[in-house]
Amino acid sequence: MPDSASPRFAEVLVRVRGLRFSRGTRVIFDGIDLDIPRGRVTAIMGPSGTGKTTLLKLIGGQLRPQAGSVEIGGTAIHALSRSELFELRKGIGMLFQSGALFTGLSVFENVAFPLREHTRLPESLIRTLVLMKLESVGLRGARQLMPSELSGGMARRVALARAIALDPALIMYDEPFTGQDPISMGVLVKLIRLLNDALGMTSIVVSHDVKEAASIADYLYLISGGQVVAHGTPAELERADSDWVDQFMHGLPDGPVPFHYPAPAYADDLLGGAG
Amino acid sequence: MPDAPPEPLAPPLAECQAGRVRLAGAWTVTALSAHGDPLPAGELPTCFDASALGALDTTGALLLVHAEGRCAGAVAWEGLRDEHAELLDLVRRHRHAAAPHADAASVGVLALLGRDTCRRLAEARDILAFLGEACVACWRALLLPHRLRLTPLLANVQRAGFEALPIVGLLSFLMGIVIAYQGGQQLRTYGASLFVVDLVTLTMLREMAVILTAIIVAGRTGSAYTAQIGTMRVTEEIDALRTIGIRPLDLLVVPKIFALVLVLPLLTVYADMMGVFGGMFIADLMFGVSFTEFLQRLEQVVSLRHFLVGVGKAPVFALLIALVGCYQGFKVSGGADAVGRQTTVSVVQAIFLVIVVDAAFSVLFSALRV
Repeated sequence: MPDSASPRFAEVLVRVRGLRFSRGTRVIFDGIDLDIPRGRVTAIMGPSGTGKTTLLKLIGGQLRPQAGSVEIGGTAIHALSRSELFELRKGIGMLFQSGALFTGLSVFENVAFPLREHTRLPESLIRTLVLMKLESVGLRGARQLMPSELSGGMARRVALARAIALDPALIMYDEPFTGQDPISMGVLVKLIRLLNDALGMTSIVVSHDVKEAASIADYLYLISGGQVVAHGTPAELERADSDWVDQFMHGLPDGPVPFHYPAPAYADDLLGGAG
Repeated sequence: MPDAPPEPLAPPLAECQAGRVRLAGAWTVTALSAHGDPLPAGELPTCFDASALGALDTTGALLLVHAEGRCAGAVAWEGLRDEHAELLDLVRRHRHAAAPHADAASVGVLALLGRDTCRRLAEARDILAFLGEACVACWRALLLPHRLRLTPLLANVQRAGFEALPIVGLLSFLMGIVIAYQGGQQLRTYGASLFVVDLVTLTMLREMAVILTAIIVAGRTGSAYTAQIGTMRVTEEIDALRTIGIRPLDLLVVPKIFALVLVLPLLTVYADMMGVFGGMFIADLMFGVSFTEFLQRLEQVVSLRHFLVGVGKAPVFALLIALVGCYQGFKVSGGADAVGRQTTVSVVQAIFLVIVVDAAFSVLFSALRV
């Protein structure tokens, strides 16, 4: 269904075709097609455990699929050599669920790290750039703090500043809203949209927070059971007549998605037969 | 339903009277574990009166459902509250969620042996692969020396080398004392006390100093490597490095390998000196071999070859310790407990490998008559 997968936007930055990936015997993706439009915010949503983080790692080239291709700006990333891949990654920012700040470095040094590693800019320019990035996430005043002194929401904003330090063309957010209080959630929602539009980036947001993701995304993909179940603009998915989409978008506890995770027979578990 | 429900933690009661079981009190996990199962043994009447039943949780419900099974016929419930009936239904439903048998519970000794062998072989293959990757990374760093990370390298030299001086020095000194004392007593019975010099210097220089240093460094530094890299894996810092476009090996492994390969021979020389000094001290104190005599004899006995045999092994051990430490760090997956587990494995494996390789060196040297 490559053509039906295309959103109606002019240019596609990331093109995923027929992606297959499995861990052991468990098939995580079974032929996924995605098109991420340039300059837009695309949300990839799905129930926990569908491998959304894995998908980001596949797009970032950290994992290798068993079949299918991922193209970023027309380059098939799994055909690249390692050094080409590392070169490409400089143009991709990624925000991790935990923030993944370097615990031994201060906030300032964390944001300066990619600049120091990949550029030969003079110290004064690095300082200005870092302060600019920190200002854009509202944490210029927190620059001497260590990561252990930050709240979860602040850590994520610092990580965001680090992710945009090299002005990437593509930025991927892994569950940016999880475990945030309403205020920092609102701040993050605003920041993601703002940075995307102001810096002309392309954003991929992986999330299961339907309301927040739908509120910032231009286009949504719903993934479940290794397949793209539905895609469209938030308004289209809101009106979708599929039971599954309806269950997911409106957070109904039971429906086509079973309540139980596949498990050994309950009786065996209780009687200790399996263990 | 009674007018005033009994207080929640009244002891659970079950009385068999006139063809009915009268249930009362709290049938909860806390009350039941405090007071025991109140149901009488044997066959039960088929009428359960639950009008005085206070609280009920899944444990109590499960006991009651089991009790139903011990009745002759279908149980008639009386005065059962709606929420209790619902809970009993839930327990009945899921208790009977019977299913086909899972795989055999116990595995034979042979299967365990096979599984363990496969696991170890896979681990050996992984370590080899890691060695290859690390060598490529080191080679790249040597080709482009300006890209070698000097700050982490020097920090590692300080931590693994300089800060280990006191402990390495003290333990080697003590080891020299022990060897001289134990060996000297035997030699004295033959009136050959002077040979304590040969004993101490050759043992220390060829074997003891380098092994002792390697073991101390494996415990101090190898474990620290595993813990550092493992923690960075748990906090996704390694992934973050990759997405920033930095090879984790370049930043985390190469400086460690270079630092340790540099530092371990130096520490070994220091351990040589301290060990010989310990032996000298005891020889003078207990066996009447003065410092001058000791040093004169040392000159006759020890050649450069003996010194090099010991120190030459140090870089190999350093490589082993650094590789195992880093490899085990990268193998951490999951949570903080994995860091602890992998650190233990790292120390055990490093010490094991050091001693095995030392044995291999002994065979090699004796074949070469060095």
